[in-house]
Amino acid sequence: MNYDLVIIGGGPAGLAAAVAARDNGIQSILIIERDKELGGILNQCIHNGFGLHTFKEELTGPEYASRFIDQVKEKNIEYKLNTMVMDISEDKIVTAMNKTDGMFMINAQAIILAMGCRERSRGALNIPGFRPAGVFSAGTAQRLVNIEGYMPGKRVVILGSGDIGLIMARRMTLEGAKVLAVAELMPYSGGLKRNIVQCLDDFNIPLYLSHTVIDIEGKERVEGITIAEVGPDRKPIPGTEIHYDCDTLLLSCGLLPENELSKAAGVAINPITSGPIVNDGLETNIDGIFACGNVLHVHDLVDFVSQEAANAGKNAARYIQGQTSNETKEIQVKAEDGVRYTVPCTIRPEVMDDNLCVRFRVGQVFKNSAIAVYFDNELISKRSKQVMAPGEMEQVILLKKKIEEYPNLSEITIKIEEA
Amino acid sequence: METKHLTCIGCPMGCQLTVKMKNKEVIEVTGNTCKKGDIYARKEVTNPTRIVTTSVPVNGGDLPMVSCKTKEDIPKDKIYDVIKSLENVCIDAPVSIGDIIISNVCDTGVDIVATKNVCVK
Ligand SMILES: Cc1cc2nc3c(=O)[nH]c(=O)nc-3n(C[C@H](O)[C@H](O)[C@H](O)COP(=O)(O)OP(=O)(O)OC[C@H]3O[C@@H](n4cnc5c(N)ncnc54)[C@H](O)[C@@H]3O)c2cc1C
Ligand code: SF4
Repeated sequence: MNYDLVIIGGGPAGLAAAVAARDNGIQSILIIERDKELGGILNQCIHNGFGLHTFKEELTGPEYASRFIDQVKEKNIEYKLNTMVMDISEDKIVTAMNKTDGMFMINAQAIILAMGCRERSRGALNIPGFRPAGVFSAGTAQRLVNIEGYMPGKRVVILGSGDIGLIMARRMTLEGAKVLAVAELMPYSGGLKRNIVQCLDDFNIPLYLSHTVIDIEGKERVEGITIAEVGPDRKPIPGTEIHYDCDTLLLSCGLLPENELSKAAGVAINPITSGPIVNDGLETNIDGIFACGNVLHVHDLVDFVSQEAANAGKNAARYIQGQTSNETKEIQVKAEDGVRYTVPCTIRPEVMDDNLCVRFRVGQVFKNSAIAVYFDNELISKRSKQVMAPGEMEQVILLKKKIEEYPNLSEITIKIEEA
Repeated sequence: METKHLTCIGCPMGCQLTVKMKNKEVIEVTGNTCKKGDIYARKEVTNPTRIVTTSVPVNGGDLPMVSCKTKEDIPKDKIYDVIKSLENVCIDAPVSIGDIIISNVCDTGVDIVATKNVCVK
């Protein structure tokens, strides 16, 4: 089987990438999705708050997904459901499997990685105690309640204040459960402000910052949870314990890009994002393999996923049409002083877009600070921000015109400074 | 005089707003960085509204549940009534996005509509 472009993952990233590649002239496209429907994680995100940037209206997750699914269908872009990609190789051979075709191989000219992410598991969190039933990741609980119509429990404690946990606090409350508390290890919440207000404050659910779960009781099923405050060393402080009788513990402790396939193909991974290292065209170190969406770095807003993915689709189209060359100069983009990482990591001034969006996250909460951009040692721009937090993605726009004024530029640095 | 503290949800800044009220009337909003925060605070203390989302079972569909929402926002204090009115609702496949599941839910003047397409199994 041969396709010009194979897209792995049929979530919002894969869908937007496919549409953009088709709009840029690529006819032979295949989307491969392991689930039984397109739409990815959005199918279980039934709450509203999607698409404000893109459609200027607030959609629910399934509605947002359907706008892109409709486009994929209208444009007759091929897709295979219930099909799992098992392997990709450096020379872009995709091995996949499903019940009807068995194992099969596809030769692709270009590949877009759009596999999304998975939740950090309890194993990665190290909570003592037995492993009784009643401990779920927040995303699993979301799937059970919203798609299967099954309630995982009646009295719930949530560890981690990421958005999925916050959304599930409200969801389970509305479905009749009692959500007793949300405990967050860090001194700030990892979730969006809007979710803290509308999912916790609205229902008087307490949020304990700098707290963690220190004990899970129950052998067969969770019977109780103890949380305690942690000091700056993140160790529990004796005497601060709070005990809850409950039957369920939800873990909402962050997401990890799903890059096993990418790594096996030799794609270089940034240890900070756990996603591929990419240039301004969202191309990885392997020519013709691109990445976008949550597999590249974890996003909180799907609108940014769609924008980024459209960019990947456009660049993959250019690559297939032979419009890019590897002989271009590359400038490093460096993250310093509070900036944890940037996407992209390198830019090619000769081929970059006129306005290039560089996205990043900060490592801690900053108040009354500024985002500074340096071209080598020269300060180029400084934009003040009243608040920046790790939970919200930030961005700067780099102008091609400006970069062209600096022919000897070797690196661009983005850092946080005093305002 | 009464003071209320709110977090603005208008943008990621999440400004901490303080609203001074007298006899249910807003005297002053402080803490906002832009006009949006002022508007949000005034609405939130006088007439807070929310969009409610949930899901209901489907008969004979290729999926067991269909997600739905109030088409517009409803008064915040009606959230539980709205959820209650859906308690025993079950609809037949096929369902299309926008199909009305309950019209004028709890006399709010707002319909509950499907947010997902579900085909017949
Ligand atoms: C609980 C939750 C709440 C959110 N709330 C909001 C919100 O209110 N507003 C907002 O704008 N954004 C929100 N987001 C963020 C947004 O939904 C995500 O950023 C977006 O869905 C990511 O898209 P994606 O395509 O990269 O990944 P996904 O949606 O995860 O899609 C990846 C797809 O790849 C498939 N796949 C993976 N591996 C393989 C393989 N080997 N073979 C075949 N297929 C594979 C998966 O099955 C999946 O369908 C939320 C996210 C979550 C999890
Ligand atoms: S007041 Fe303005 S700047 Fe502050 S959170 Fe609200 S919308 Fe954002």
